[in-house]
Amino acid sequence: MNIALENISKRFGEVQANEGISLAVPAGTIHGILGENGAGKSTLMKILSGFIRADSGRTFLDGAPAQIRGPADAIRLGIGMLHQDPLDFPPMTAVDNFLAGRTGAWRLSRPDARRELEERQADFDFRVDPGARVENLTVGERQQLEMVRLLSLGARALILDEPTTGISALQKDRLFAALRKLAADGKSIILISHKLRDVEMLCDEVTVLRRARVAGRAQAPYDLNELVRLMFGRVVTREPRLEVPTGGPLLTLDGLAVEDHRLRLAGLNLEIRAGEVIGLAGLEGSGQELFLRACGGLLRPAAGRLRLAGRDLAGEPYPVFRDAGIAYVPAARLEEGLVAGLTPAEHFAIVEPGGGLVIDWKLTMEQAERRIAEYDIRGAATGPVDSLSGGNQQRALLSLLPPGLCLVLLEHPTRGLDVESASAIWRKLLDRCADGAALVFTSSDLEEILQYSDRVLVFFGGQVAGPVPASAMTVERLGEMMGGQP
Amino acid sequence: MNGESLVLVGLAGILSSATPLLFAAIGETLAERAGVINLSLNGTILLSAMGSFGVAVKTGSLALGFLAGAVIGAFMALIVAFGSITLRQSQVAVGFVLAMVGRDLSYFLGAPLMGRPGPTVPSWPVPALGDIPVLGPLLFRHDLPTYAGFLLVAGAWFWLYRTRPGLILQGVGERPAAAHARGANVNRLRYLYTIFGGALVGLAGPIYSLSIKAGWMGTISGLDGLGWIALAITIFGGWNPWRAALGAWFFALLQWLGLVLQPHLPGVPMQVLQVAPFPLMILALLLVNAGNAEWVQRALAALSEPRRRAAARLLRSLRAAPPASLGEHFESR
Repeated sequence: MNIALENISKRFGEVQANEGISLAVPAGTIHGILGENGAGKSTLMKILSGFIRADSGRTFLDGAPAQIRGPADAIRLGIGMLHQDPLDFPPMTAVDNFLAGRTGAWRLSRPDARRELEERQADFDFRVDPGARVENLTVGERQQLEMVRLLSLGARALILDEPTTGISALQKDRLFAALRKLAADGKSIILISHKLRDVEMLCDEVTVLRRARVAGRAQAPYDLNELVRLMFGRVVTREPRLEVPTGGPLLTLDGLAVEDHRLRLAGLNLEIRAGEVIGLAGLEGSGQELFLRACGGLLRPAAGRLRLAGRDLAGEPYPVFRDAGIAYVPAARLEEGLVAGLTPAEHFAIVEPGGGLVIDWKLTMEQAERRIAEYDIRGAATGPVDSLSGGNQQRALLSLLPPGLCLVLLEHPTRGLDVESASAIWRKLLDRCADGAALVFTSSDLEEILQYSDRVLVFFGGQVAGPVPASAMTVERLGEMMGGQP
Repeated sequence: MNGESLVLVGLAGILSSATPLLFAAIGETLAERAGVINLSLNGTILLSAMGSFGVAVKTGSLALGFLAGAVIGAFMALIVAFGSITLRQSQVAVGFVLAMVGRDLSYFLGAPLMGRPGPTVPSWPVPALGDIPVLGPLLFRHDLPTYAGFLLVAGAWFWLYRTRPGLILQGVGERPAAAHARGANVNRLRYLYTIFGGALVGLAGPIYSLSIKAGWMGTISGLDGLGWIALAITIFGGWNPWRAALGAWFFALLQWLGLVLQPHLPGVPMQVLQVAPFPLMILALLLVNAGNAEWVQRALAALSEPRRRAAARLLRSLRAAPPASLGEHFESR
């Protein structure tokens, strides 16, 4: 399908999300939409797929003007979108997810649907178990399921929003192969990404957005420095790792065992030293979250000891961990980290130590402004925190951590953030290390793990390998270990 | 009558006396599956019991009486739907106020009907099936509403798990944005299921006032509180029609035990036995959902490994999560 967007503009209250954006995607090509967080990429594609109505501008499909009033229209016209967080029904099975929303006889035939699902998966070498509950699938599998579902609805154009976030290297290879195959079949593919490497590998043409406008276009082969300049308006480089000398032992795990209904980790022994950064590598759901939650006092260990400065904290309630100077920063920023609907200033008022019964708004606002400046949060102190972009939400979350922590546990601290936001987050985190705190973090970005960790633990299906010094590792070796090769 | 048939009659009585709760719990299950909590049940059931009895007395028609019950239930649900979906107000607040208003209104408007004789639904044994030993007296010697209750449970289950619209209904309550992405009109479906569910809740009223506890006795009708129990049964049922039916039958069993045990426990005041089913039902609800609690996990940790795993599995299978968007507004941009 040939897609053309003409002069699309959209404003959310104070924020101009898209301004006069035009775009053409010929059938059979893969088009990249590149831009930093908050540049307006997702908004533009949600307009094309009917989730958001544009304030002005026109859409042409195969040369004819198209009225897309909602997702139902988009599906009918053959446009399917895979959202960054797959829009599926977690408690339902894969086959029910595949079926939900399809037209046809009102009585369901699961065996037929199962067969169709498996046939379509075979085209792309996808292997989602049709009977599995979606909540037990990995992000990559959920994405595969959504993709197959959209194609089964007759999608001729596929939009993917940051599809390589949170999926394994193997899943990424399969995804890219599938997208190339679809493009070769004449389908139009649009890939939203902030990862230059993905765009370089896959896209025939790229449109770069910056601050709601088109900053430039480029065709393969790309000059990556030029793309970076278009994205940020200047050249950004990853800075070298700050060397922080590590101190004495801080947290000692002694035969620790943790489990949930899916997974059991047992016999964990580890000594974390002050100032040290420990990276947790592994495919999503291999036990990293269990490990982090146990260290943070959010999950009661099934056995073993967890000694902080000699004191065994295993089995103690969460407030004891918190008072001991352990902080946990979850991946789900809005769901677990921040309170959607409250403003940053209100968040600061909540965490302010000592504060009396009545909030001193004058003082709170002063402190809010100070923290906002210190952490470079771009957004008003008095607007709801959920209206901030992902990078600013993450900065807001970190700015809430009290000073003087001894252990900071982070789940995917830079997930979904562009290079610049990510290095800003890490500068703040490494400042904590310089003050003697230890960091333990998970990430699906192996380069991030190797760049910032002193030592790495590798999780694979309930087994933990390591710790291995990061300096002795390569991305390739790490990938092998995550796949279960010793 | 021998002992065996006595048990049969008792069980058959439990099945039929649970019918209003069955209707109310299934109606609420459907509305909550779409993401709307209709908290007005207690007021709705009282108002529709009184209203449908009044209509049946005035017109002499049982059918019109039942229709009136369904209309009253649908109307109360419409208020909840309008308040929460269109006006975007709190479902809990609107529903709770309606529960109060419905109750007081039924006592006030029903005063002239107090103690009046009225029509009652005759029992209608199913020909041939009613003569089957054991199953006949148990399942096939009831009145029409009781049969309708059995069919309702099976039908609701089938709709929810075996049809396309049912799958979308699950999706609307679980993740409205994803249902919207699949082309569903989330708020229209929410209106439809809330109103339809409300009509089922409304039918619970005439099943009391025209059948099980025929007549209208105002505050001593003994119906006050049953709407809250129906809400508890919806949770007990884990938003699954068959489990909800089990909950309704379990509550009817507790009530029946209260009656049967009364002569054998002369020391216990009658009121205790009458009221006991209510706290017992809540206790059952707690036990079913106890798996989440920290103290249960701690208690389990003390057991031996295989037992602990078995107990954890049992608790997990009992545990049911409410539809994830229950009580939340949905707006497409």
